Amino acid sequence: MMYILSQYLQFPFVQYAVIVGVLIALCSSLLGVTLVLKRFSFIGDGLSHVAFGAIAIASALNLTNETPFVMVVTVLSAILLLRTGQNAKIKGDASIAMLSVGSLAIGYLLMNLFSTSTNLSGDVCSTLFGSTSILTLTKGEVWLCGIMSLFVVAVFILFYNKIFAVTFDESFAKSAGTNANAYNLLIAVIIAVIIVLAMNLVGSLLISALVIFPALSAMRVFKSFKSVTICSAVLSVICALIGLLIAIVAGTPVGSTIVAVDILAFALFTVIGIMK
Amino acid sequence: MAQITCENLILGYDGKEILRNLNFTVNAGDYLCIVGENGSGKTTLMKALLGLHTPMQGEITFGDGLKRNEIGYLPQQTLVQRDFPASVEEIVLSGCQGRCGLRPFYNKAEKRLAAENIDKMGLKGFEKRCYRELSGGQQQRVLLARALCATQKLLLLDEPVSGLDPHVTTEMYALINHLNKMDGITVMMISHDMEAALRYATHILHIGKRMFYGTRDEFLRSEVGKYFTLMYGGDKA
Ligand SMILES: Nc1ncnc2c1ncn2[C@@H]1O[C@H](COP(=O)(O)OP(=O)(O)O)[C@@H](O)[C@H]1O
Ligand SMILES: [Mg+2]
Repeated sequence: MMYILSQYLQFPFVQYAVIVGVLIALCSSLLGVTLVLKRFSFIGDGLSHVAFGAIAIASALNLTNETPFVMVVTVLSAILLLRTGQNAKIKGDASIAMLSVGSLAIGYLLMNLFSTSTNLSGDVCSTLFGSTSILTLTKGEVWLCGIMSLFVVAVFILFYNKIFAVTFDESFAKSAGTNANAYNLLIAVIIAVIIVLAMNLVGSLLISALVIFPALSAMRVFKSFKSVTICSAVLSVICALIGLLIAIVAGTPVGSTIVAVDILAFALFTVIGIMK
Repeated sequence: MAQITCENLILGYDGKEILRNLNFTVNAGDYLCIVGENGSGKTTLMKALLGLHTPMQGEITFGDGLKRNEIGYLPQQTLVQRDFPASVEEIVLSGCQGRCGLRPFYNKAEKRLAAENIDKMGLKGFEKRCYRELSGGQQQRVLLARALCATQKLLLLDEPVSGLDPHVTTEMYALINHLNKMDGITVMMISHDMEAALRYATHILHIGKRMFYGTRDEFLRSEVGKYFTLMYGGDKA
Protein backbone atom coordinates (compact mmCIF):
# COMPACT_ATOMS: atom_id res chain seq x y z
CA MET A 1 0.00 0.00 0.00
CA MET A 2 2.64 2.50 1.08
CA TYR A 3 4.74 1.38 -1.82
CA ILE A 4 1.99 1.95 -4.35
CA LEU A 5 1.35 5.38 -2.86
CA SER A 6 4.95 6.46 -3.04
CA GLN A 7 4.97 5.30 -6.63
CA TYR A 8 1.95 7.42 -7.43
CA LEU A 9 3.34 10.43 -5.61
CA GLN A 10 6.23 10.58 -8.02
CA PHE A 11 3.93 11.76 -10.79
CA PRO A 12 3.62 15.53 -11.06
CA PHE A 13 -0.14 15.33 -11.70
CA VAL A 14 -0.62 13.46 -8.44
CA GLN A 15 1.52 16.00 -6.62
CA TYR A 16 -0.54 18.82 -8.10
CA ALA A 17 -3.73 17.09 -7.04
CA VAL A 18 -2.48 16.68 -3.48
CA ILE A 19 -1.33 20.31 -3.22
CA VAL A 20 -4.58 21.68 -4.61
CA GLY A 21 -6.65 19.26 -2.56
CA VAL A 22 -5.00 20.33 0.68
CA LEU A 23 -5.32 24.04 -0.13
CA ILE A 24 -8.98 23.77 -1.04
CA ALA A 25 -9.78 21.67 2.01
CA LEU A 26 -8.07 24.24 4.23
CA CYS A 27 -9.91 27.21 2.74
CA SER A 28 -13.31 25.59 2.61
CA SER A 29 -13.21 24.63 6.28
CA LEU A 30 -12.34 28.10 7.57
CA LEU A 31 -15.72 29.66 7.04
CA GLY A 32 -17.68 26.54 7.90
CA VAL A 33 -18.60 27.64 11.41
CA THR A 34 -19.71 31.05 10.23
CA LEU A 35 -21.77 29.51 7.47
CA VAL A 36 -23.50 27.06 9.75
CA LEU A 37 -24.23 29.58 12.48
CA LYS A 38 -25.30 32.45 10.30
CA ARG A 39 -27.73 30.16 8.49
CA PHE A 40 -25.66 30.93 5.41
CA SER A 41 -25.33 27.27 4.44
CA PHE A 42 -28.08 27.77 1.90
CA ILE A 43 -26.13 30.55 0.26
CA GLY A 44 -23.23 28.15 -0.15
CA ASP A 45 -25.51 25.62 -1.76
CA GLY A 46 -27.14 28.20 -4.01
CA LEU A 47 -23.83 29.61 -5.13
CA SER A 48 -22.47 26.23 -6.06
CA HIS A 49 -25.38 25.82 -8.45
CA VAL A 50 -24.72 29.26 -9.86
CA ALA A 51 -21.15 28.20 -10.47
CA PHE A 52 -22.47 25.17 -12.33
CA GLY A 53 -24.58 27.43 -14.55
CA ALA A 54 -21.59 29.70 -15.11
CA ILE A 55 -19.47 26.77 -16.24
CA ALA A 56 -22.16 25.78 -18.70
CA ILE A 57 -22.22 29.31 -20.09
CA ALA A 58 -18.44 29.36 -20.27
CA SER A 59 -18.34 26.15 -22.23
CA ALA A 60 -21.18 27.33 -24.48
CA LEU A 61 -19.14 30.45 -25.20
CA ASN A 62 -16.13 28.25 -25.83
CA LEU A 63 -14.04 30.07 -23.25
CA THR A 64 -10.69 28.38 -22.91
CA ASN A 65 -10.05 29.41 -19.34
CA GLU A 66 -13.28 29.03 -17.42
CA THR A 67 -12.19 29.76 -13.85
CA PRO A 68 -11.92 33.59 -13.95
CA PHE A 69 -15.33 33.89 -15.64
CA VAL A 70 -16.98 31.51 -13.19
CA MET A 71 -15.31 33.35 -10.31
CA VAL A 72 -16.70 36.72 -11.37
CA VAL A 73 -20.24 35.40 -11.92
CA THR A 74 -20.28 33.58 -8.59
CA VAL A 75 -18.92 36.53 -6.61
CA LEU A 76 -21.52 38.83 -8.18
CA SER A 77 -24.29 36.38 -7.34
CA ALA A 78 -23.03 36.19 -3.76
CA ILE A 79 -23.32 39.97 -3.45
CA LEU A 80 -26.74 39.92 -5.05
CA LEU A 81 -28.02 37.14 -2.79
CA LEU A 82 -26.86 38.94 0.32
CA ARG A 83 -28.52 42.17 -0.79
CA THR A 84 -31.88 40.56 -1.48
CA GLY A 85 -31.58 38.61 1.75
CA GLN A 86 -31.21 41.84 3.71
CA ASN A 87 -34.01 44.01 2.40
CA ALA A 88 -36.24 41.08 1.80
CA LYS A 89 -39.25 41.62 -0.39
CA ILE A 90 -38.69 38.11 -1.62
CA LYS A 91 -37.56 36.14 1.40
CA GLY A 92 -33.87 35.27 1.45
CA ASP A 93 -34.43 31.53 1.30
CA ALA A 94 -36.84 31.77 -1.59
CA SER A 95 -34.57 33.95 -3.68
CA ILE A 96 -31.70 31.57 -3.09
CA ALA A 97 -33.84 28.62 -4.11
CA MET A 98 -34.90 30.47 -7.26
CA LEU A 99 -31.37 31.33 -8.21
CA SER A 100 -29.98 27.91 -7.50
CA VAL A 101 -32.63 25.82 -9.24
CA GLY A 102 -32.71 28.32 -12.08
CA SER A 103 -28.98 28.07 -12.66
CA LEU A 104 -29.11 24.29 -12.61
CA ALA A 105 -31.85 24.23 -15.24
CA ILE A 106 -30.30 26.85 -17.49
CA GLY A 107 -26.88 25.29 -17.10
CA TYR A 108 -28.07 21.87 -18.14
CA LEU A 109 -30.07 23.35 -21.00
CA LEU A 110 -27.06 25.25 -22.32
CA MET A 111 -24.85 22.22 -22.04
CA ASN A 112 -27.37 20.26 -24.06
CA LEU A 113 -27.73 22.90 -26.74
CA PHE A 114 -24.12 23.82 -27.23
CA SER A 115 -22.13 20.85 -26.20
CA THR A 116 -19.73 19.50 -28.79
CA SER A 117 -18.88 16.60 -26.55
CA THR A 118 -20.02 13.09 -27.36
CA ASN A 119 -20.32 12.26 -23.70
CA LEU A 120 -22.75 14.90 -22.46
CA SER A 121 -24.09 13.13 -19.40
CA GLY A 122 -20.50 12.35 -18.43
CA ASP A 123 -19.67 16.07 -18.63
CA VAL A 124 -22.68 17.05 -16.57
CA CYS A 125 -22.01 14.38 -14.03
CA SER A 126 -18.40 15.43 -13.58
CA THR A 127 -19.35 19.09 -13.17
CA LEU A 128 -21.87 18.14 -10.52
CA PHE A 129 -19.96 15.50 -8.63
CA GLY A 130 -16.39 16.47 -9.34
CA SER A 131 -14.37 14.75 -11.94
CA THR A 132 -10.96 13.39 -12.44
CA SER A 133 -10.14 16.96 -13.54
CA ILE A 134 -8.30 17.27 -10.26
CA LEU A 135 -5.86 14.82 -11.78
CA THR A 136 -5.42 16.76 -15.01
CA LEU A 137 -4.52 20.13 -13.51
CA THR A 138 -1.97 22.26 -15.31
CA LYS A 139 0.76 24.13 -13.53
CA GLY A 140 -1.08 27.39 -14.17
CA GLU A 141 -4.20 26.12 -12.46
CA VAL A 142 -2.19 25.02 -9.47
CA TRP A 143 -0.72 28.51 -9.22
CA LEU A 144 -4.11 30.16 -9.53
CA CYS A 145 -5.46 27.92 -6.81
CA GLY A 146 -2.43 28.63 -4.63
CA ILE A 147 -2.82 32.38 -4.96
CA MET A 148 -6.54 32.34 -4.31
CA SER A 149 -6.06 30.11 -1.27
CA LEU A 150 -3.43 32.45 0.08
CA PHE A 151 -5.88 35.32 -0.40
CA VAL A 152 -8.65 33.47 1.43
CA VAL A 153 -6.43 32.47 4.34
CA ALA A 154 -4.91 35.95 4.64
CA VAL A 155 -8.29 37.68 4.63
CA PHE A 156 -9.62 35.20 7.15
CA ILE A 157 -6.72 35.72 9.57
CA LEU A 158 -6.76 39.52 9.21
CA PHE A 159 -10.49 39.73 9.80
CA TYR A 160 -10.76 36.79 12.17
CA ASN A 161 -11.87 38.90 15.13
CA LYS A 162 -14.41 40.85 13.08
CA ILE A 163 -15.80 37.69 11.52
CA PHE A 164 -16.21 36.24 14.99
CA ALA A 165 -17.93 39.38 16.26
CA VAL A 166 -20.29 39.66 13.32
CA THR A 167 -21.14 35.97 13.40
CA PHE A 168 -21.72 35.81 17.12
CA ASP A 169 -23.82 38.92 17.51
CA GLU A 170 -24.50 41.20 14.60
CA SER A 171 -26.53 43.73 16.57
CA PHE A 172 -23.82 44.19 19.14
CA ALA A 173 -21.14 44.44 16.47
CA LYS A 174 -23.10 47.17 14.71
CA SER A 175 -23.70 49.01 17.96
CA ALA A 176 -19.95 49.08 18.55
CA GLY A 177 -19.46 50.73 15.18
CA THR A 178 -18.38 47.64 13.27
CA ASN A 179 -19.60 47.75 9.69
CA ALA A 180 -21.43 44.44 9.82
CA ASN A 181 -22.84 44.75 6.31
CA ALA A 182 -19.37 45.16 4.85
CA TYR A 183 -18.15 42.08 6.70
CA ASN A 184 -21.18 40.06 5.63
CA LEU A 185 -20.28 41.03 2.09
CA LEU A 186 -16.69 40.01 2.66
CA ILE A 187 -17.83 36.65 4.01
CA ALA A 188 -20.08 36.12 0.98
CA VAL A 189 -17.27 36.99 -1.43
CA ILE A 190 -14.86 34.60 0.28
CA ILE A 191 -17.50 31.88 0.17
CA ALA A 192 -17.92 32.47 -3.55
CA VAL A 193 -14.17 32.22 -4.14
CA ILE A 194 -13.97 29.04 -2.09
CA ILE A 195 -16.84 27.47 -3.99
CA VAL A 196 -15.26 28.11 -7.35
CA LEU A 197 -11.98 26.68 -6.10
CA ALA A 198 -13.66 23.65 -4.59
CA MET A 199 -15.59 22.85 -7.77
CA ASN A 200 -12.37 21.36 -9.12
CA LEU A 201 -12.09 19.04 -6.21
CA VAL A 202 -15.56 17.79 -5.38
CA GLY A 203 -17.91 19.24 -7.99
CA SER A 204 -20.71 21.67 -7.37
CA LEU A 205 -23.17 19.40 -5.60
CA LEU A 206 -20.77 18.27 -2.91
CA ILE A 207 -19.16 21.60 -2.00
CA SER A 208 -21.49 22.27 0.90
CA ALA A 209 -20.41 18.98 2.42
CA LEU A 210 -16.77 20.01 2.19
CA VAL A 211 -17.56 23.34 3.85
CA ILE A 212 -19.92 22.17 6.54
CA PHE A 213 -18.88 18.70 7.73
CA PRO A 214 -15.50 19.62 9.25
CA ALA A 215 -17.07 22.55 11.11
CA LEU A 216 -19.95 20.43 12.43
CA SER A 217 -17.51 17.72 13.52
CA ALA A 218 -15.27 20.19 15.34
CA MET A 219 -18.28 21.77 17.05
CA ARG A 220 -19.14 18.41 18.60
CA VAL A 221 -15.93 18.33 20.57
CA PHE A 222 -14.46 21.81 20.93
CA LYS A 223 -15.84 24.73 22.88
CA SER A 224 -14.23 27.93 21.69
CA PHE A 225 -14.40 29.58 18.30
CA LYS A 226 -10.64 29.44 17.90
CA SER A 227 -10.30 25.75 18.74
CA VAL A 228 -13.26 24.86 16.54
CA THR A 229 -11.76 26.78 13.65
CA ILE A 230 -8.32 25.21 14.02
CA CYS A 231 -9.75 21.74 14.49
CA SER A 232 -12.00 21.97 11.46
CA ALA A 233 -9.12 23.20 9.30
CA VAL A 234 -6.85 20.35 10.39
CA LEU A 235 -9.64 17.80 10.12
CA SER A 236 -10.64 18.99 6.67
CA VAL A 237 -7.08 18.75 5.37
CA ILE A 238 -6.59 15.27 6.82
CA CYS A 239 -9.89 14.01 5.41
CA ALA A 240 -9.13 15.47 2.01
CA LEU A 241 -5.69 13.83 1.98
CA ILE A 242 -7.04 10.44 3.01
CA GLY A 243 -9.91 10.68 0.55
CA LEU A 244 -7.69 11.80 -2.28
CA LEU A 245 -5.16 9.02 -1.75
CA ILE A 246 -7.87 6.37 -1.48
CA ALA A 247 -9.44 7.70 -4.65
CA ILE A 248 -6.15 7.64 -6.53
CA VAL A 249 -5.22 4.15 -5.44
CA ALA A 250 -8.68 2.58 -5.56
CA GLY A 251 -9.90 4.53 -8.55
CA THR A 252 -13.04 5.79 -6.79
CA PRO A 253 -14.52 9.24 -7.61
CA VAL A 254 -12.44 11.90 -5.83
CA GLY A 255 -15.22 14.17 -4.55
CA SER A 256 -17.49 11.48 -3.16
CA THR A 257 -14.58 9.68 -1.53
CA ILE A 258 -13.46 12.83 0.29
CA VAL A 259 -16.99 13.57 1.43
CA ALA A 260 -17.39 9.97 2.60
CA VAL A 261 -14.26 10.35 4.73
CA ASP A 262 -15.66 13.64 6.09
CA ILE A 263 -18.84 11.85 7.07
CA LEU A 264 -16.88 9.10 8.84
CA ALA A 265 -14.96 11.79 10.75
CA PHE A 266 -18.25 13.42 11.69
CA ALA A 267 -19.54 10.13 13.10
CA LEU A 268 -16.31 9.68 15.04
CA PHE A 269 -16.44 13.20 16.48
CA THR A 270 -20.07 12.77 17.40
CA VAL A 271 -19.19 9.69 19.43
CA ILE A 272 -16.27 11.50 21.09
CA GLY A 273 -18.56 14.44 21.84
CA ILE A 274 -21.12 12.18 23.52
CA MET A 275 -18.51 10.36 25.58
CA LYS A 276 -16.93 13.56 26.89
CA MET B 1 -25.54 68.92 28.32
CA ALA B 2 -27.40 65.62 28.44
CA GLN B 3 -25.81 62.41 27.20
CA ILE B 4 -28.83 61.61 25.07
CA THR B 5 -31.63 63.88 23.94
CA CYS B 6 -34.59 62.60 21.94
CA GLU B 7 -36.87 65.13 20.33
CA ASN B 8 -40.20 64.35 18.69
CA LEU B 9 -39.00 60.92 17.71
CA ILE B 10 -41.26 58.81 15.52
CA LEU B 11 -40.34 55.15 15.13
CA GLY B 12 -41.78 52.59 12.77
CA TYR B 13 -41.19 49.87 10.21
CA ASP B 14 -41.92 50.04 6.49
CA GLY B 15 -43.72 53.37 6.74
CA LYS B 16 -45.94 52.21 9.60
CA GLU B 17 -45.62 54.10 12.86
CA ILE B 18 -45.35 52.18 16.09
CA LEU B 19 -44.33 55.03 18.40
CA ARG B 20 -44.66 58.79 18.19
CA ASN B 21 -43.90 61.90 20.19
CA LEU B 22 -41.02 60.45 22.03
CA ASN B 23 -39.29 63.14 24.09
CA PHE B 24 -36.78 62.48 26.79
CA THR B 25 -33.26 63.21 27.98
CA VAL B 26 -30.71 61.06 29.74
CA ASN B 27 -28.05 62.67 31.90
CA ALA B 28 -24.81 61.23 33.15
CA GLY B 29 -25.44 58.97 36.15
CA ASP B 30 -29.17 58.50 35.49
CA TYR B 31 -30.82 55.11 35.89
CA LEU B 32 -33.66 55.10 33.39
CA CYS B 33 -36.12 52.25 33.22
CA ILE B 34 -38.09 51.81 30.02
CA VAL B 35 -41.39 50.06 30.67
CA GLY B 36 -44.34 49.24 28.48
CA GLU B 37 -46.30 46.34 27.06
CA ASN B 38 -44.83 43.68 24.81
CA GLY B 39 -44.56 44.94 21.27
CA SER B 40 -44.86 48.58 22.26
CA GLY B 41 -41.49 49.37 20.68
CA LYS B 42 -38.99 49.31 23.53
CA THR B 43 -36.41 47.25 21.65
CA THR B 44 -36.96 49.38 18.56
CA LEU B 45 -36.24 52.51 20.58
CA MET B 46 -32.98 51.04 21.83
CA LYS B 47 -31.99 50.09 18.32
CA ALA B 48 -32.71 53.60 17.16
CA LEU B 49 -30.45 54.99 19.90
CA LEU B 50 -27.70 52.62 18.75
CA GLY B 51 -28.10 53.49 15.11
CA LEU B 52 -29.36 50.01 14.18
CA HIS B 53 -32.75 51.40 13.22
CA THR B 54 -33.48 54.65 11.42
CA PRO B 55 -36.20 56.80 12.99
CA MET B 56 -38.96 57.94 10.65
CA GLN B 57 -38.73 61.42 12.07
CA GLY B 58 -37.21 63.35 14.91
CA GLU B 59 -33.77 63.68 16.30
CA ILE B 60 -31.43 61.84 18.64
CA THR B 61 -28.55 63.96 19.88
CA PHE B 62 -25.55 62.74 21.80
CA GLY B 63 -23.72 65.09 24.14
CA ASP B 64 -21.56 65.30 27.22
CA GLY B 65 -18.66 63.66 25.39
CA LEU B 66 -20.64 60.53 24.52
CA LYS B 67 -20.22 59.03 21.07
CA ARG B 68 -22.69 56.58 19.58
CA ASN B 69 -20.17 53.75 19.34
CA GLU B 70 -19.24 54.15 23.00
CA ILE B 71 -22.46 52.65 24.26
CA GLY B 72 -22.43 49.25 25.92
CA TYR B 73 -25.34 47.19 24.59
CA LEU B 74 -26.83 44.04 26.05
CA PRO B 75 -29.27 42.76 23.43
CA GLN B 76 -32.28 40.55 23.96
CA GLN B 77 -30.94 37.01 23.52
CA THR B 78 -31.06 35.65 20.03
CA LEU B 79 -31.29 32.04 18.93
CA VAL B 80 -27.95 31.86 17.14
CA GLN B 81 -26.05 32.35 20.35
CA ARG B 82 -27.51 29.29 21.98
CA ASP B 83 -25.41 26.78 20.07
CA PHE B 84 -22.46 29.00 19.30
CA PRO B 85 -19.05 27.56 20.17
CA ALA B 86 -17.36 30.46 21.92
CA SER B 87 -15.45 30.83 25.16
CA VAL B 88 -16.25 33.47 27.75
CA GLU B 89 -12.96 35.19 27.02
CA GLU B 90 -13.60 35.39 23.28
CA ILE B 91 -17.02 36.92 23.78
CA VAL B 92 -15.98 39.50 26.35
CA LEU B 93 -12.98 40.48 24.23
CA SER B 94 -15.28 41.09 21.28
CA GLY B 95 -16.65 44.02 23.29
CA CYS B 96 -13.41 45.81 22.47
CA GLN B 97 -14.01 45.73 18.72
CA GLY B 98 -15.19 49.35 18.66
CA ARG B 99 -11.93 50.44 20.26
CA CYS B 100 -9.67 48.73 17.78
CA GLY B 101 -11.35 49.94 14.61
CA LEU B 102 -9.65 48.39 11.60
CA ARG B 103 -6.70 47.03 13.55
CA PRO B 104 -6.95 43.26 13.05
CA PHE B 105 -5.95 42.02 16.51
CA TYR B 106 -6.67 43.06 20.08
CA ASN B 107 -3.79 44.68 21.94
CA LYS B 108 -2.59 44.18 25.50
CA ALA B 109 -4.66 46.99 26.97
CA GLU B 110 -7.82 45.55 25.46
CA LYS B 111 -7.03 42.07 26.74
CA ARG B 112 -6.43 43.53 30.19
CA LEU B 113 -9.72 45.41 30.04
CA ALA B 114 -11.52 42.19 29.12
CA ALA B 115 -9.87 40.35 32.00
CA GLU B 116 -10.85 43.14 34.41
CA ASN B 117 -14.47 43.05 33.34
CA ILE B 118 -14.60 39.26 33.55
CA ASP B 119 -13.33 39.65 37.10
CA LYS B 120 -15.77 42.42 37.89
CA MET B 121 -18.71 40.26 36.80
CA GLY B 122 -17.53 37.47 39.08
CA LEU B 123 -16.57 35.19 36.22
CA LYS B 124 -12.94 34.60 37.14
CA GLY B 125 -12.00 31.02 36.38
CA PHE B 126 -14.66 30.81 33.67
CA GLU B 127 -12.49 32.37 30.93
CA LYS B 128 -12.06 29.17 28.93
CA ARG B 129 -15.54 27.84 29.57
CA CYS B 130 -17.99 27.46 26.73
CA TYR B 131 -20.70 30.11 26.67
CA ARG B 132 -23.50 27.71 25.77
CA GLU B 133 -22.76 25.51 28.79
CA LEU B 134 -23.19 28.31 31.31
CA SER B 135 -26.35 29.00 33.29
CA GLY B 136 -28.68 31.78 32.16
CA GLY B 137 -27.41 34.16 34.83
CA GLN B 138 -23.79 33.49 33.97
CA GLN B 139 -24.50 34.04 30.29
CA GLN B 140 -26.04 37.42 31.02
CA ARG B 141 -23.03 38.38 33.12
CA VAL B 142 -20.77 37.45 30.20
CA LEU B 143 -22.75 39.74 27.92
CA LEU B 144 -22.68 42.48 30.55
CA ALA B 145 -18.90 42.15 30.78
CA ARG B 146 -18.74 42.46 27.01
CA ALA B 147 -20.90 45.60 27.12
CA LEU B 148 -18.60 47.05 29.78
CA CYS B 149 -15.65 46.58 27.42
CA ALA B 150 -17.43 48.81 24.95
CA THR B 151 -18.24 51.66 27.32
CA GLN B 152 -17.30 53.57 30.40
CA LYS B 153 -20.32 55.81 30.21
CA LEU B 154 -23.62 54.30 29.19
CA LEU B 155 -25.21 50.86 29.25
CA LEU B 156 -28.30 49.93 27.25
CA LEU B 157 -29.81 46.75 28.68
CA ASP B 158 -32.64 45.01 26.86
CA GLU B 159 -34.51 42.81 29.35
CA PRO B 160 -31.38 41.71 31.18
CA VAL B 161 -33.24 39.49 33.65
CA SER B 162 -35.78 37.76 31.41
CA GLY B 163 -35.69 34.02 31.93
CA LEU B 164 -33.65 34.21 35.13
CA ASP B 165 -34.87 32.75 38.41
CA PRO B 166 -35.72 35.17 41.23
CA HIS B 167 -32.51 34.71 43.16
CA VAL B 168 -30.29 35.29 40.12
CA THR B 169 -32.51 38.20 39.10
CA THR B 170 -31.85 39.93 42.41
CA GLU B 171 -28.11 39.41 41.95
CA MET B 172 -28.24 40.83 38.46
CA TYR B 173 -30.12 43.93 39.62
CA ALA B 174 -27.60 44.44 42.41
CA LEU B 175 -24.76 44.18 39.92
CA ILE B 176 -26.33 46.73 37.60
CA ASN B 177 -27.11 49.05 40.50
CA HIS B 178 -23.50 48.80 41.63
CA LEU B 179 -22.27 49.79 38.17
CA ASN B 180 -24.60 52.78 38.23
CA LYS B 181 -23.90 54.01 41.76
CA MET B 182 -20.23 53.09 42.23
CA ASP B 183 -18.81 53.39 38.73
CA GLY B 184 -21.10 56.22 37.70
CA ILE B 185 -22.23 54.47 34.52
CA THR B 186 -25.53 55.70 33.12
CA VAL B 187 -28.04 52.86 32.80
CA MET B 188 -30.99 52.55 30.44
CA MET B 189 -32.84 49.33 31.07
CA ILE B 190 -35.87 47.74 29.48
CA SER B 191 -37.80 45.81 32.06
CA HIS B 192 -41.15 44.22 32.71
CA ASP B 193 -40.53 44.27 36.38
CA MET B 194 -42.25 47.39 37.70
CA GLU B 195 -41.29 46.68 41.26
CA ALA B 196 -37.59 46.59 40.44
CA ALA B 197 -37.93 49.60 38.17
CA LEU B 198 -39.37 51.61 41.03
CA ARG B 199 -36.76 50.36 43.45
CA TYR B 200 -33.66 51.21 41.41
CA ALA B 201 -34.53 53.74 38.73
CA THR B 202 -34.10 57.49 39.02
CA HIS B 203 -36.23 58.04 35.90
CA ILE B 204 -39.03 56.16 34.22
CA LEU B 205 -40.01 56.14 30.56
CA HIS B 206 -43.33 54.47 29.95
CA ILE B 207 -44.16 53.90 26.31
CA GLY B 208 -47.32 52.70 24.68
CA LYS B 209 -50.74 54.24 24.46
CA ARG B 210 -50.02 56.37 27.47
CA MET B 211 -46.62 57.95 27.32
CA PHE B 212 -44.79 59.11 30.37
CA TYR B 213 -41.33 60.44 30.97
CA GLY B 214 -40.09 61.83 34.27
CA THR B 215 -38.40 61.05 37.53
CA ARG B 216 -39.44 58.10 39.63
CA ASP B 217 -41.37 60.31 42.06
CA GLU B 218 -43.16 62.16 39.29
CA PHE B 219 -44.12 58.78 37.88
CA LEU B 220 -45.63 57.66 41.18
CA ARG B 221 -47.80 60.77 41.23
CA SER B 222 -48.80 60.45 37.56
CA GLU B 223 -51.88 58.66 36.31
CA VAL B 224 -49.98 55.81 34.70
CA GLY B 225 -47.97 55.45 37.86
CA LYS B 226 -51.01 55.40 40.13
CA TYR B 227 -52.45 52.64 38.02
CA PHE B 228 -49.31 50.58 38.50
CA THR B 229 -49.02 51.20 42.21
CA LEU B 230 -52.58 49.98 42.55
CA MET B 231 -51.77 46.89 40.54
CA TYR B 232 -48.55 46.01 42.29
CA GLY B 233 -49.16 47.31 45.78
CA GLY B 234 -48.12 50.81 46.74
CA ASP B 235 -46.42 49.78 49.96
CA LYS B 236 -43.46 48.36 48.11
CA ALA B 237 -42.86 51.44 46.04
N1 LIG C 1 -37.91 44.10 11.80
C1 LIG C 1 -39.19 44.44 11.98
N2 LIG C 1 -39.98 44.69 10.90
C2 LIG C 1 -41.28 45.06 11.06
N3 LIG C 1 -41.89 45.20 12.26
C3 LIG C 1 -41.17 44.97 13.38
C4 LIG C 1 -39.78 44.57 13.29
N4 LIG C 1 -39.31 44.41 14.54
C5 LIG C 1 -40.34 44.67 15.37
N5 LIG C 1 -41.45 45.01 14.68
C6 LIG C 1 -42.75 45.40 15.25
O1 LIG C 1 -42.58 46.57 16.00
C7 LIG C 1 -43.30 46.51 17.21
C8 LIG C 1 -42.37 46.79 18.38
O2 LIG C 1 -41.43 45.75 18.54
P1 LIG C 1 -40.34 45.77 19.69
O3 LIG C 1 -39.60 47.06 19.62
O4 LIG C 1 -39.54 44.53 19.57
O5 LIG C 1 -41.25 45.72 20.99
P2 LIG C 1 -40.85 45.44 22.52
O6 LIG C 1 -39.36 45.32 22.62
O7 LIG C 1 -41.40 46.61 23.27
O8 LIG C 1 -41.54 44.18 22.93
C9 LIG C 1 -43.94 45.14 17.27
O9 LIG C 1 -45.29 45.29 16.96
C10 LIG C 1 -43.23 44.34 16.23
O10 LIG C 1 -44.14 43.45 15.61
MG1 LIG D 1 -38.13 43.73 23.15
